Amino acid sequence: MDTRLSSEQQALVDVARRLTERLGPDGVVSLDDDDRVARLDQATTEAGWRRLRDDDGDGRPLASGVEAGIVASALGQALGDTALFGPLLAADLLRRVGIDAPGAFTVALVPELSSLAVADAGRLPAAVAVDALGATSALALLPDDGGFALAAVPIAGTERSFDLTRWVSSIPAGTELEEIAGSRTLTGDDILEVEAFALSLASADLVGIMRGALELTVDYAKSRQQFETPIGAFQAVQHLLAEAKTLLEGSISVSQHASWAVDALDAGEAREAAAVAKAYCARAAIEVCEVAVQVHGGYGNTWECMAHVYLRRALLSVSLFGDDGVQLAFLAARRMGV
Amino acid sequence: MDYGDSPEEGAFRDRLRRWLTEDRSWSSASSTDDEYWTRQASWHTALFEAGFFALAWPKKWGGQELHHTFEVIVDEELARAGAPPKPSLGYLIQGISRFGSEELCDRFIPGLISGRDRWRQGFSEPDAGSDLASLQTTAVLDGDEYVIEGHKIWTSYSDVAEWCLLLARTDPDVPKHRGLSVFAIPMNQSGIEQRPLRMINGVSNEFGQVTFDGARVTAENLIGEPGQGWALAMTIVAFERQPAELGYVARYAKTVSELEGDVRSDPDSTRREIAEHIAWAHVQSEMLRLHVCRRLSERLDDPDGGVHGSIDKLLMTWTEQSVGQAARHAAGSATSQAGGDSRLGTYLYSRSQSVMGGTSQIQKNIIATRVLGLPSN
Ligand SMILES: Cc1cc2nc3c(=O)[nH]c(=O)nc-3n(C[C@H](O)[C@H](O)[C@H](O)COP(=O)(O)OP(=O)(O)OC[C@H]3O[C@@H](n4cnc5c(N)ncnc54)[C@H](O)[C@@H]3O)c2cc1C
Repeated sequence: MDTRLSSEQQALVDVARRLTERLGPDGVVSLDDDDRVARLDQATTEAGWRRLRDDDGDGRPLASGVEAGIVASALGQALGDTALFGPLLAADLLRRVGIDAPGAFTVALVPELSSLAVADAGRLPAAVAVDALGATSALALLPDDGGFALAAVPIAGTERSFDLTRWVSSIPAGTELEEIAGSRTLTGDDILEVEAFALSLASADLVGIMRGALELTVDYAKSRQQFETPIGAFQAVQHLLAEAKTLLEGSISVSQHASWAVDALDAGEAREAAAVAKAYCARAAIEVCEVAVQVHGGYGNTWECMAHVYLRRALLSVSLFGDDGVQLAFLAARRMGV
Repeated sequence: MDYGDSPEEGAFRDRLRRWLTEDRSWSSASSTDDEYWTRQASWHTALFEAGFFALAWPKKWGGQELHHTFEVIVDEELARAGAPPKPSLGYLIQGISRFGSEELCDRFIPGLISGRDRWRQGFSEPDAGSDLASLQTTAVLDGDEYVIEGHKIWTSYSDVAEWCLLLARTDPDVPKHRGLSVFAIPMNQSGIEQRPLRMINGVSNEFGQVTFDGARVTAENLIGEPGQGWALAMTIVAFERQPAELGYVARYAKTVSELEGDVRSDPDSTRREIAEHIAWAHVQSEMLRLHVCRRLSERLDDPDGGVHGSIDKLLMTWTEQSVGQAARHAAGSATSQAGGDSRLGTYLYSRSQSVMGGTSQIQKNIIATRVLGLPSN
């Protein structure tokens, strides 16, 4: 065992951090800077990050869950307002059915966001295409002979979600699907593995969010003065931030393991590791973002302060493929049969 | 001990309940969205005119001279009907009435109570939040007027107020707590400019920034004596930290019952754990209601009794934030909608309760040192 990143993986961390820091928003005003968003999108495309799960020619993904997690975490930390989660999951699904489909895909989820949308009698019930910026269609599951085939629904238009850094598109019930003719269908294990991957990405994103929110807040605590003292000198503030840092470290440990498990463990084990990571990171991230708001005082409760942008992104990532409650229920069922 | 209504209280409750079912002019909007603020003035007037506001104050000011415990009935019935909470301004009256001359109280309090005049509280500044006493806004005597220079921030309802209770420095040469005074200053004058601030939940008329540049206020509007500002401000914040004074019990109970209603109407699609979060919010909200019953009963012995600002403020904060967490869990997937939904708004708004009126960290410092008598470092 050696849980350290390889030197290539460390290099990816550095590149991803540099790129997302340069092109991510540096304040709420820059969230509306369309040129910047376009530049980030283009740089993300050029870096090939949305294709990390494409077929390498032998049916294996180009890169492992670890690399995907590294990029997800960098985007979370920089509040990178570009698509990653959706296209990566779509690529993972397409690879599994043996298709090298050109096109800009994301995934369609059930309205609760807790799983992939599944067609019923050839039509899709109401669904949500998440992470839909730049996507032209969303993938959903089509029951097929005990397994699932893939189908695509066109995306009509996107809007910025409650998370100001990601876009969604709602898909009305009854939208017609176009089946994608793959060479094989998805098995139950495929679905578990895709879920494990999705949860690992969401967890990595949450880790990045925690890092970014903590960094923002520690800087603020050093510079903001009250009682002629930096507020970071007050033990009450120190304890809030120390706890946030500790939660972040615990989160890194579970999230990194879940990213590795995606390709290294069998489906059930990977899915369980993902549930552990997501449950932990979801709770930790809300806590850390709430601390970020609190330590910024009145300013933290304004639109202008970036703390709520982290909190909003965390809230969406928490709900992707099921929040902590959903994961705990999964674990309770699996481990205790209840 | 008796938690039930006396015959007089029972009759009052019936009258209020009837009024709430008959007069449905009130909006059911909650206090966390823009719509509520615009309707708040008419709600205030309606409550006052029907005799359900400012119950404990002297009749000459528009009050009813009832005991404070009647306020609990108002909160309970408003929540039960799903009506908006009562306006939160009792704490301003508490401050003005304790320090102002009789003449000054007679001039200002009736308009405050009836809702004719809207007030706000200009204490905090960009560099003076938790350390309020370090504030920089100055009031300099010029003939029989004071001239105000400075910058206030986070001032709630600053866009609609006619009057501001302004805390300013009148004497820069004495230790910081001793050189402060409070003024009732009219807002509609050229030396005052206000700029709204957009809140975390997107609402833009919760608070604003106010600049005073040569604004004037007559010396007659100084409340109390020069230099009494800190004591007055601390009286106001002590009452502002009292849930009883704010009527928030009604607000929390209303949100809890809305969340419960959503679950009841669609039980199959609600995970048990979400219902339990809502049940926990109910527990907190009941704790606060009963706590307020207890505190207001204490005022039967002593009108100044039952003011345990910091402890009550923390209990109120925990309640509001439990309600907020329940709303967040219930909202779940609304995170994928543009702007979220009102439950996510409730959650975001709840975060500010641990900051406004003095942060939770400051409340804990006060409880540790002044209530528990622990040594301060
Ligand atoms: C929604 C809302 C409405 C408001 N309405 C009004 C209003 O109407 N009128 C008005 O005057 N003000 C109002 N305020 C302002 C409010 O009173 C201040 O925001 C609050 O007192 C904190 O001050 P600050 O924002 O400067 O934060 P800071 O004082 O800078 O605090 C930043 C952080 O440092 C911590 N901290 C500071 N000092 C200490 C210490 N000694 N020990 C431990 N921790 C410490 C705080 O707890 C906080 O976490 C409102 C605020 C909000 C959010």
